[in-house]
Amino acid sequence: MADATVNGAVAGSEASPRGAKPARRLSGRNIMIYGTLIVVCLYYLLPLWVMVMTSLKGMPEVRLGNIFAPPVEMTFQPWVKAWAEACTGLNCDGLSRGFWNSVQITVPSVIVSIFVASVNGYALINWRFKGSEVFFTILIFGSFIPYQVMLYPMVVMLREMGLYGSLTGLVVVHTIFGMPILTLLFRNYFASMPEELFKAARVDGAGFWRIYFHIMLPMSLPIFVVALILQVTGIWNDFLFGVVFISKAENYPMTVQLNNIVNSVQGVKEYNVNMAATMLTGLVPLIIYFISGKLFVRGIAAGAVKG
Amino acid sequence: MATPARKSRVFRNLNAKIAAVPMIFCSVVVFLGFSIWTVVYSFTSSKLLPKANFVGFDQYERLWSNSRWLVSIENLMVFGSLSLIFTIVMGFTLAVLMDQKIRFEDTFRTIMLYPFALSFIVTGLVWQWVLNPDFGIQGIVRGWGWESFSFDPLNNPKLVLYGLLIAGLWQGTGFVMALMLAGLRGIDEDIWKATRVDGIPTWKTYIVVIIPMMRPVFITTLVLVAAGIIKLYDLVIAQTSGGPGNASQVPAMYVYSYMFQAQNLGQGFAASTMMLLSVLIVLIPWAYLEFGGKKHG
Amino acid sequence: MKNFKLAAGLLLSVALPSGAFATDLEITHWWTSGGEAAAVAEFAKAFDATGDHWVDGAIAGGGDTARPVMISRITGGDPMAATQFNHGQQAMELVEAGLMLDLTDVATAEGWKDKIFPPSLLDACTLDGKIYCAPVNIHSPEWLWLNNKVYTDLGLPVPTNWTEFVASAPQVEAAGKVPLALGNQPWQSNLAFGAITVGVGGLELWKKVNVDKDMDAAAGPEMAAVFQAAADARKLAAKSTVQDWNQATNMVITGEAAGQIMGDWAQGEFAVAGKVAGTDYTCLPGLGMNAYLSTGGDAFYFPKLADPEKEAAQKRLAALLVSPEAQVAFNLKKGSLPIRGDIDMGAANDCMKKGLEILASGNLLPTGDMVWSPDVQTQAGDLMVEFWKTDMSAADAQAKWVEILKSGL
Repeated sequence: MADATVNGAVAGSEASPRGAKPARRLSGRNIMIYGTLIVVCLYYLLPLWVMVMTSLKGMPEVRLGNIFAPPVEMTFQPWVKAWAEACTGLNCDGLSRGFWNSVQITVPSVIVSIFVASVNGYALINWRFKGSEVFFTILIFGSFIPYQVMLYPMVVMLREMGLYGSLTGLVVVHTIFGMPILTLLFRNYFASMPEELFKAARVDGAGFWRIYFHIMLPMSLPIFVVALILQVTGIWNDFLFGVVFISKAENYPMTVQLNNIVNSVQGVKEYNVNMAATMLTGLVPLIIYFISGKLFVRGIAAGAVKG
Repeated sequence: MATPARKSRVFRNLNAKIAAVPMIFCSVVVFLGFSIWTVVYSFTSSKLLPKANFVGFDQYERLWSNSRWLVSIENLMVFGSLSLIFTIVMGFTLAVLMDQKIRFEDTFRTIMLYPFALSFIVTGLVWQWVLNPDFGIQGIVRGWGWESFSFDPLNNPKLVLYGLLIAGLWQGTGFVMALMLAGLRGIDEDIWKATRVDGIPTWKTYIVVIIPMMRPVFITTLVLVAAGIIKLYDLVIAQTSGGPGNASQVPAMYVYSYMFQAQNLGQGFAASTMMLLSVLIVLIPWAYLEFGGKKHG
Repeated sequence: MKNFKLAAGLLLSVALPSGAFATDLEITHWWTSGGEAAAVAEFAKAFDATGDHWVDGAIAGGGDTARPVMISRITGGDPMAATQFNHGQQAMELVEAGLMLDLTDVATAEGWKDKIFPPSLLDACTLDGKIYCAPVNIHSPEWLWLNNKVYTDLGLPVPTNWTEFVASAPQVEAAGKVPLALGNQPWQSNLAFGAITVGVGGLELWKKVNVDKDMDAAAGPEMAAVFQAAADARKLAAKSTVQDWNQATNMVITGEAAGQIMGDWAQGEFAVAGKVAGTDYTCLPGLGMNAYLSTGGDAFYFPKLADPEKEAAQKRLAALLVSPEAQVAFNLKKGSLPIRGDIDMGAANDCMKKGLEILASGNLLPTGDMVWSPDVQTQAGDLMVEFWKTDMSAADAQAKWVEILKSGL
């Protein structure tokens, strides 16, 4: 029953909505619906507006007070400073350094974690073996365990492997902790693919990897895109692992650097620079989100609503 | 990746097994093994480096008589329950509204969901700014003439949790709305036709028929949101740093503070074990409900 | 022929070592405020001038944020070449675990034991007779910083001690100023409390509780009076809502607040803002009540590295940090006191001169970090920050505090 609901939900986001056909006039019902939605949207848009407006003002104007007012004298100086000049200690290269660090962290982590998880999902569904379901259940439980519980042993393990503090170590960490949800995602998707395809390929004599690369992969582009979006946003936005597993300040990802710049102060707080910095950090996942909104939603629904 | 040294019919599907080794390794060693390691070492008096000198329940005794820990737990429960209730109610209500064949549905959904794409750090910082007493909402309303208007939750120990709540809801409700909407859309058209034929008003249909039918979605949402709340860390670090005083401390911060700053691993492990316990308390009933004893877990 | 070869060989052996090995050393610290950054730049300049290279690894967020990162790196097998810690027990377990470089040979060659004063600075990092750190400055936490203008504007005399400060606070508050600026971080609450303990309770009481670890004194009536004084001070700081120490100092600099209890490193902020000691601001060591200093401060530790070239460079750095010229340059910018008495601090300002006098007179105390473990310090910080921001009663706070101290015995 739950399975049907899930698959129905995934497929059904394209199905027609509920309710009677809307009357094309200002009925009380319409006012209430649209009114509520608009008020709610104001709540959602407020911070974005404030961020953008503040980041375009000079500091004297910011101090004058009204955070909702558009800038009288618009300036891009805060953005320039946030990107290229903000200081943490003696290093004053701004967020640009953190940006490239985040890119360096995200790209390999995404590739490795998605590859590993898709292979896992594939193996689970099509090549069941004794104990595979047990391990899968443990994996899913594992995704709920708070990271703090596993932090310190993870540090020890990476140290023993000689990977602590390095980029590779962080990629390993992201892969491991991303595995449960992604494996679930791929498993569910592969489960919904017709079994005949797989059986036919086996009859033809194809082995594990051939089927993976020649049949599963090409047919599951949509779910790969969804996984890509989830992982890119998740890893880009990560803070805890960046703080614990990266040891040199020059290798910090953007989120950690952002927190450092904003929450540790050199004299006076420059709110406009801080806002510009915040926006810059949020820009990459936001852009990805805006480009692929519908897919993103479908991905969340498919991956998270378990069956 | 080492080839597992197993026997006989194990060689069937060997490729599959090799490919699945990461998962097996990961789930058993990391999730199971590391958690057990942490629990075991929480019974030691490890300081900066882990040492196996066992001291029984000492760390737990100390933990539960520590005022900061108790405040953290209380905060988490208050924040957690409020967050759960509001997220689900708001999420469901918004989903229902969105389901009403409205125009601009895509726009509305995009607006409600974009905060989810942001990091908790960004969310915490932005709301710290909006709630700033001098420049944020309080400052502006005062500027409009209401001199005595007071809206400074982040500096008021009694209200700071609500400040966090505002930010947390902003980030998470859109996601719950998307989940609920997907669930709503999965409900068979025939059900609606039937209730309409019977003359049951729409709102009643929702409450009496639809919500019970969406039980799996509700439960899943509950579990996801609850699991996320227990891990709460980034948002608090960015928005309030646990202040004022200890008023917005959460368990995850206690763990970090004692493990890495106070150089007292034993305490940190004890606190993490408590976090693990609370997650299990949430999960095990759910697993039983979902899988009804067929799969074990 | 033979002579020529001998001469050439001698010449080469003398010429080669200097400047031949320019080694890069990565050095971590948490000095990121304006004044601090200027000071650490002096060290970097001096080190670069010798031919080696100072690779800066500043970590933002203060000691509490930076130390876990530093320790993780050292225990995680990716150590830096040198790192800052405060005098005291912060690095003790690392030394015990054999992760730090032994500097005894440098200390002997440079005569540290004779020149570094007070000896407690070296004692704090000495294990089994071996020395593991290079102390670089002395910072004392118990100073009261006052903005003169706030008082003169109100027609009040600038207070000369804590009692007068508390007495004139109501008038300051009535004028719309915050009497006492205090940042929200736990260590600042801890610091303020320690200062009040000595200021109000006296040196003997402080020694009894913290050095002798006399728990009866800790639970006794004299400490109860201290807690009461702290509770009173708490009211004065009620409107102070900033986070970092230098934001609180900024409140005093701009006249938003009348005073702050902060260590002598606050001088750097006043200096960067162009304020003059005595004219624009007043500094009262020991809160003006007891002229003494506790000798906290910073020391550099050197994690063991596998590379012998780097190890040689580490030892060169250690010697440099303690050398007279570097000490003068660094401490003048930082506003701290040098760790040796045989240098000329003539360019020091008023406040530093007061500090130097006290240092010379020997009215010194160890700091909390020296006598208690980081675990006790963290717990005390948690308690203090709660005490300062809620209306916890003085009696409750004292009882909990005694529990914490007992756990660290």
